[in-house]
Amino acid sequence: MELAEKSVFHHKVTEVLGVNAKDAKLSITFLVVSFTALLIGGILGLLQGLNRAGLFELPAWFDYYQTLTAHGILLLLVFTTTFAVGYFYAALSHTLGGLLPKVRKMGWIAFGSMVVGVVFVATTIIAGEASVMFTFYPPMQASPWFYIGLVFLVVGIWIAAFGAFINVAHWRKNHKGQHIPLLAFFATGVFVMLVFGSIGVAVEVLTLIPWAFGWKETINVMLSRTLFWSFGHTLVNIWYLTAISAWYVAVPKIIGGKGFSDGLTRLVVILLVILNIPGGFHHQIVDPGITESWKFIHVFMSLSIGFPSLMTAFAMFAVFERTGRRKGGKGLLGWFKKLPWGDVRFLAPFIAMAAFIPGGAGGIAQTNNQLNQVVHNSLWVVGHFHLTVGVTVALTFFGIAYWLIPYLSKREFTPQINRLGIIQTILWTVGMLFMSGSMHAVGLLGSPRRTSYTTYGGHQTALGWDPYLIFLAIGGTLLIVAVLLMVYIAVYLMFFAPKGKTEFPIAEQEADAFPAPKWTERWGLIIVLLIAIVAMGYVVPIFELLGVPGSPPFRTW
Amino acid sequence: MKLHRAEEIWLVVGVGIIILAMVFTGYQAFAHGMAPPSGMETLDPQKVDETAPFDNPGIFEIGENAYEVVMTLEAFRFNPNEIEIPAGSEVHFTMTSKDVVHGIQVIGTNINAMVTPGHVQRISQTFDTPGEYLVICNEYCGVGHQMMAMTIIVK
Ligand SMILES: [Cu+2]
Repeated sequence: MELAEKSVFHHKVTEVLGVNAKDAKLSITFLVVSFTALLIGGILGLLQGLNRAGLFELPAWFDYYQTLTAHGILLLLVFTTTFAVGYFYAALSHTLGGLLPKVRKMGWIAFGSMVVGVVFVATTIIAGEASVMFTFYPPMQASPWFYIGLVFLVVGIWIAAFGAFINVAHWRKNHKGQHIPLLAFFATGVFVMLVFGSIGVAVEVLTLIPWAFGWKETINVMLSRTLFWSFGHTLVNIWYLTAISAWYVAVPKIIGGKGFSDGLTRLVVILLVILNIPGGFHHQIVDPGITESWKFIHVFMSLSIGFPSLMTAFAMFAVFERTGRRKGGKGLLGWFKKLPWGDVRFLAPFIAMAAFIPGGAGGIAQTNNQLNQVVHNSLWVVGHFHLTVGVTVALTFFGIAYWLIPYLSKREFTPQINRLGIIQTILWTVGMLFMSGSMHAVGLLGSPRRTSYTTYGGHQTALGWDPYLIFLAIGGTLLIVAVLLMVYIAVYLMFFAPKGKTEFPIAEQEADAFPAPKWTERWGLIIVLLIAIVAMGYVVPIFELLGVPGSPPFRTW
Repeated sequence: MKLHRAEEIWLVVGVGIIILAMVFTGYQAFAHGMAPPSGMETLDPQKVDETAPFDNPGIFEIGENAYEVVMTLEAFRFNPNEIEIPAGSEVHFTMTSKDVVHGIQVIGTNINAMVTPGHVQRISQTFDTPGEYLVICNEYCGVGHQMMAMTIIVK
């Protein structure tokens, strides 16, 4: 009786308060930057696609490689991280009963730092001082202000992460013996990965800055490259973990079902956090300076990420099947028809999950030494990450935006916007199928990535790639329409949709779910394991690279 | 840890596939010498022209139907930039970069390697089929990257 009263009271409290307006403002601001980055990055992507197909000449004052650098940084770094911070801060606010005033302030400082970073990075790229790609491999040397901009970006991310840790720690202190809510658990995992994953790149950039100012003559190229990739691929898995948090927590609720298993979900988070950082090594399989045996050891270390992904695949389809059957789906596949296909909040993440089946298989191919050698640096790789990041991650983020933005702006997700969202999702999917499909195919034929349109002097082999590249351009054109629609939807939901109430969907767990064991809350232990795995993967290879003679700077653009 | 029966089967099969991929990769790499290019020698990238063998790039016959190609890569060219060999030749490439990071890919073969300053990179290939092979730089190296190519003519 007392319990019932308590829950009624709790219900009333949330009813009155709804979303904390100050927290909502912070999250919305991050999302505004995120969708702005999507818009600009998307337009730059279209220009590249058209150029690559030989249909369009870019002007000398903003050439292909400037376009490509800006596209990569805007979409891979700005769109995804600002979205993740905006989303998880909203999640922490919602599940932990609001952000602490101190944490909200940290969120704004983080935002300021990231904006300063983006301004520095964008300015140097536009000025032609930093056509060095998202990977900025030395000894190609950008303006020092480009690297300083990256420092501001990373510092912003760290501040946001520590803000999240403080809020979670505060909640735990006041809720002794309880497990932190699942979505806050995901947020903790993502921010732990962000902090530890970016240590390598931070060290790299801090050595590049004195070199870029000319205070230091040479730079260790392979060491920089290795430090970069300890971060580069972790970032991918940070987006992935962000995306699957919505699959585990929000999607079951949206389809009228229940969460799979609290304990297993937390285990998936922990495994992804621990196993992640050495996964980036597969970017260096055909590099010199790393022994064959270390490359082989890393095949194993990278492939181990497949394990939590397999668990996720099972969990998702188990949720779909149970929900479909409860709604009366009969027979082997009858449950499938019972899913809410007309609801874009389900359709978008579902397509995202489906894309991860070929996407994940492609990832396994790249992790294996010899298969990697076949596709390394070809357009196949670009096709692969447009499938994983462009579909699996981006479509899930769009799927989140449909309920997160109106929840934050206290507006309604209207049926008209749902219809537009479905059109957007289909355009995006078809565009990506064209683009990613043709990239996969032409990459197998040898067409390289990060290269403007060329026939290599009319060489027969290169001319044979052209028909595939036309499909790439068609895909890019469909995608820009989808980007424009998505940005319109986001802006409409932020500022123009009818006032109302949208729910933050959080699923209850199945009655037979495996409860979370106590040790899943021991983050100290999890971090020790993470460091141990990173040390296992990196100490010896990095030690072997330390004595390599350094390189002076070059500016080749 | 409590797992559903079906999930256990799924995970066993999934992990089995991953392990099979590993075993296959290892077998090919170590039993058949198909490990990825992993040149471990180093040199001063500022003294490439004075360091043997790169002080004399070119193609050298080192045995019957066996050649060594000593090659330097720089923005935006390969040196030598044309190679002619008889069909059935076994070619051993010894490469380094004089400036930034480059990649070499011989289209239609399994030659695909990063060539970084400070390292000697090595890779070998037997060319059985006659033809004109396109060789490209597949790592962005600057404004002329799309022009960085050469040919291998197999007669
Ligand atoms: Cu090059």
